[in-house]
Amino acid sequence: MIMQINNLRSLTIAVCFIPLLWVVFDIAFDNLGSNQMQALHIRLGDWALRFLWITLAITPVQTVTKWRGMTEYRQLFGLYAFFYASLHVLVYLAVDQVFAWRIIGIDILESSYIWFGLIAYIIVFSLGITSSKASKKLLGKSWKKLHRFIYIAAGAAMIHYFWQLKGNLAEPLFYLLLIFMLLGFRAVIWFKNKQLSQMMIPKGRASTDTESD
Amino acid sequence: MIIKTIKNIPGSEITDPLVFQQRRTLIKAMAAMMLTGTSIRTGWADSSKPIWSAVPKSRLSAHELVVTPADATENYNNYYEFAFNKEDPRSLAQSLRVDPWSVEIGGEVEKPGTYQLEDILSQHPLQEYIYRFRCVEAWSMVVPWVGFSLGDLLKTAKPLSSAKFVKLTSVHQPDSMPKQRNNGMLDWPYVEGLRIDEAMHPLTILAAGMYGNILPKQNGAPLRLVVPWKYGFKSIKAVVKIELLKRPPISSWNKFAPNEYGFYANVNPDVPHPRWSQNSERLLGSGFFTPRRQTELFNGYGEQVAHLYRDMDLRHFF
Ligand code: HEM
Repeated sequence: MIMQINNLRSLTIAVCFIPLLWVVFDIAFDNLGSNQMQALHIRLGDWALRFLWITLAITPVQTVTKWRGMTEYRQLFGLYAFFYASLHVLVYLAVDQVFAWRIIGIDILESSYIWFGLIAYIIVFSLGITSSKASKKLLGKSWKKLHRFIYIAAGAAMIHYFWQLKGNLAEPLFYLLLIFMLLGFRAVIWFKNKQLSQMMIPKGRASTDTESD
Repeated sequence: MIIKTIKNIPGSEITDPLVFQQRRTLIKAMAAMMLTGTSIRTGWADSSKPIWSAVPKSRLSAHELVVTPADATENYNNYYEFAFNKEDPRSLAQSLRVDPWSVEIGGEVEKPGTYQLEDILSQHPLQEYIYRFRCVEAWSMVVPWVGFSLGDLLKTAKPLSSAKFVKLTSVHQPDSMPKQRNNGMLDWPYVEGLRIDEAMHPLTILAAGMYGNILPKQNGAPLRLVVPWKYGFKSIKAVVKIELLKRPPISSWNKFAPNEYGFYANVNPDVPHPRWSQNSERLLGSGFFTPRRQTELFNGYGEQVAHLYRDMDLRHFF
């Protein structure tokens, strides 16, 4: 059983590198089209977003399947979101803008879509560097509070996506629908739990109970 | 201020053998396509037999610029009648019917009329214009267009003094244009507009070709506008109608998102798009680790066109 899970974990780690290999492959074979730089931003940005969404899908999947072993996968996928987002930003700074800081400064200042990308990245970065078990212990209660910022990161990433759009609405609408479902699931569970706890707690105490998750 | 102009010889005075040759090559190319049954696709996009490689270079052509590889220009097209991405128009546009083609000129003119494309091309000697092309999406190219002055064409219809604006309309061919068929995004057909002095400016051309060859369909065949100091969406493709008007027409993008796309749409690094910066641009064909290009006011054509906007607040009239 342990062996199996470890195998699955290694397999997941390897599979999550495929999008990167695919990008490297397309660079090597000049497969990125006429605007290679934009293609690169889109590819890496899309994968950062997809991993963020997968990370947010773990809790609902865990609730439905009642499989408890998924928490470490949530961490894993979150780290991949962090990884692809970092590549996305690094490509922007180093490959696209080649560290021309004056132009980068103006570009960021004048492009509101990048502001939302930055908000998302700052959050994903903070969560990435505090994702270890050690940080979880160290931060105690505030760890959970900090890691709830992932919802804000998801919202900011969604706005970033819509805001840089030049035409095609279909894809971002698809991701918007997904995130609505993922967050909607949580809302339903939260609401149900609240109702349940109110039913179980004697009337007088209900108002003092603020611990709802 | 230096205003570069070409000395135009009235069309009626010349008997340039080149004109006849050009006309004959075009007709021959079309005839060959029909006879041999080559699909229009190959006839219209085959760059292996450049038919206009010998046309004279316009004096307005920027010879010092490095031309973007044709491959990049032909595979990266904003052509919303076909698709909202930039890769699909290349194949989808091949179903566009461009032969026969005529252009209607009307409105505030003495001599309104409908002109066959062959007649227009035979009356207006073609030249090569190497221009910068800057898209509102912050990418750019350098394209060697083959075309002629729009002003020259307008003069043949004798504009009235009441003509203050020019409205250009694209073809409406819903059976070959998927987004026209399902009413995608914009109000079709596509409409663009210029002030009369912008339309008459020698830099403003109608192009029938690029890279020495017939314009590929995805790039606006058989006849498109090119206004090099304005964002690319002003340079309307597949033009079928030109009207001279008293009042400014409402252009398609301006109607769709008036706060994002203005009537003037002059390239201006100091006026950001509401969602992104216009300060720099990605020159297509430049590789990785090449910094973006600093965008120039009027796309670098300020010397020739800045006087048109002398007393205007360019932030307001964006
Ligand atoms: C967690 C953080 C981020 C995520 C999830 C993310 C995701 C995305 C997505 C999904 C796209 C659109 C791809 C498409 O059109 O299919 C995109 C585009 C882009 N992003 Fe991000 N992004 C993030 C942060 C950033 C940051 C911090 C920057 C800049 C410093 C940035 C710069 C860009 C650029 C330049 C584009 C391309 C715009 C264009 O097409 O011209 N992103 N990003």
